[in-house]
Amino acid sequence: MLSTGDILETIKMIQEENLDIRTITMGISLLDCIDSDAKTSCDKIYEKMMRKAEKLVKTGEDIEKQYGIPIINKRISVTPISIISAASSAKGYSPVIFAKTLQKVAEGTGVNYVGGYSALVHKGFSAGDRELIDSIPEALAETSNVCSSVNIGSTKAGINMDAVALMGKIIREASEKTADNHCFGAAKIVVFCNAPEDNPFMAGAFHGVGEYDTEINVGVSGPGVVRAALKKYPDANISEIADVIKKTAFKITRMGQLVGTEASKRLGVPFGIVDLSLAPTPAVGDSVAHILEEIGLESCGAHGTTACLAMLNDAVKKGGVMASSHVGGLSGAFIPVSEDAGMIDAVNRGSLSLEKLEAMTAVCSVGLDMIVIPGDTPADTISAIIADEAAIGMVNSKTTAVRVIPAIGMKEGETLEFGGLFGSGPVMKVSPFSSSKFISRGGRIPAPLQSLKN
Amino acid sequence: MRAVVAVIGKDTVGILAKVSGICAEYKANVMDVTQTIMQDLFAMTMLIDISKLSIDYSDFADRLKAAGTDMGLQIHVMHEDIFNSMHKI
Repeated sequence: MLSTGDILETIKMIQEENLDIRTITMGISLLDCIDSDAKTSCDKIYEKMMRKAEKLVKTGEDIEKQYGIPIINKRISVTPISIISAASSAKGYSPVIFAKTLQKVAEGTGVNYVGGYSALVHKGFSAGDRELIDSIPEALAETSNVCSSVNIGSTKAGINMDAVALMGKIIREASEKTADNHCFGAAKIVVFCNAPEDNPFMAGAFHGVGEYDTEINVGVSGPGVVRAALKKYPDANISEIADVIKKTAFKITRMGQLVGTEASKRLGVPFGIVDLSLAPTPAVGDSVAHILEEIGLESCGAHGTTACLAMLNDAVKKGGVMASSHVGGLSGAFIPVSEDAGMIDAVNRGSLSLEKLEAMTAVCSVGLDMIVIPGDTPADTISAIIADEAAIGMVNSKTTAVRVIPAIGMKEGETLEFGGLFGSGPVMKVSPFSSSKFISRGGRIPAPLQSLKN
Repeated sequence: MRAVVAVIGKDTVGILAKVSGICAEYKANVMDVTQTIMQDLFAMTMLIDISKLSIDYSDFADRLKAAGTDMGLQIHVMHEDIFNSMHKI
């Protein structure tokens, strides 16, 4: 018999500490849906995705009920659409038709988001990439549940500065096109360096070409659980704190592994990976910033934040890796500002700046995430923010990403409300000095020495 | 298939009788019961065999939850695998 203490601990984690499975994401390859006629291709995509994901939401709900564990999101990721649309791009169709097909699938299956309106251009643009990227603002404005990502750099290839320059403009345009809807377009686009191909988290999820035809990936959450565990050890030293985090991460991840294997069994689809992530939500008590403050910082962003976060991120991985047969995706602590109550407070009280966030991304997953910047920020400045972040990822052989939202018509100090899981974001200060000359040069940042490992 | 029924709340007369009564009504076999007082709260955990359950599992869970609400208690029904995977290596 299980011990009563263990049973009650699990129930408490779920009831009071916001423990949940953040997402079950079904990755679906669309390589067999390529057609020279875009309309035919879209029909094939719709048919395949509806067939594969028909029972995804229902299965998620059944598992939720059986194990008593909330599964917040059910999502689908697909092969980067630029690869699929390339064959039909010469026919005069706009790739937006593909986004609309993905939207129709989201509505038909009842999933929260479909990710993969994406292009991989870390070295250069190939056929279809340019068209797809140019169409992102329109695609995101005309759909509500489709997410987009673009990989502009990697440790192996360096950074494609032409793509960096382009993405600054695309992000601005995505925001402008949705200015009457909380600039939400920009919240659905992520610019990556070293993008993982099996990431279950939005907005950056896509299904890489080396993956199974269809697979199930799971993302766990649980900042609230980690914080509650630390609260019990107010006088522990940092070695002991790291141990507590490891043990907690182990338990959280085991639950993800259980749900993932069960979902894969029920859906008859291979199990891909568990993404070991601490993903915060705007709910009180579900914050990564609050964990850092529990460790002993007056406010997130104070000196020492990067060190605490490095320890936290590492301990989560060490605890999680033994709990799961396959770990992948982004795996690390997330620090999305608008989705984390503690981060929002820290920005509002002036302790957390964009520069500090950038430093933090060097030691955690994923990057500058859900950060609202002034509406008049020039595209070149956004590009330069992307370049800085990509450089951190490229040199450290890790994934970094940028998801910033220029709040059209708003200035530093105001707040952009998204609602729901996306929360609300205080408009943060960006450097007023120009990076235009650097961005306009174009070209490529050569791959760093650490790429030459053979 | 086995599930864990966890009952948490203020101690009153007849909790065990009520919960086991519902289990019997829907053919869930009670295999083990532990009860304890934790931090002023009554906590009872039951291991039940639900392989011969006469109604749908989720309806059964809802039924117990509703009975708990009537008595001012929280009742959770969860598959035992979640506890095994979290607390055993």
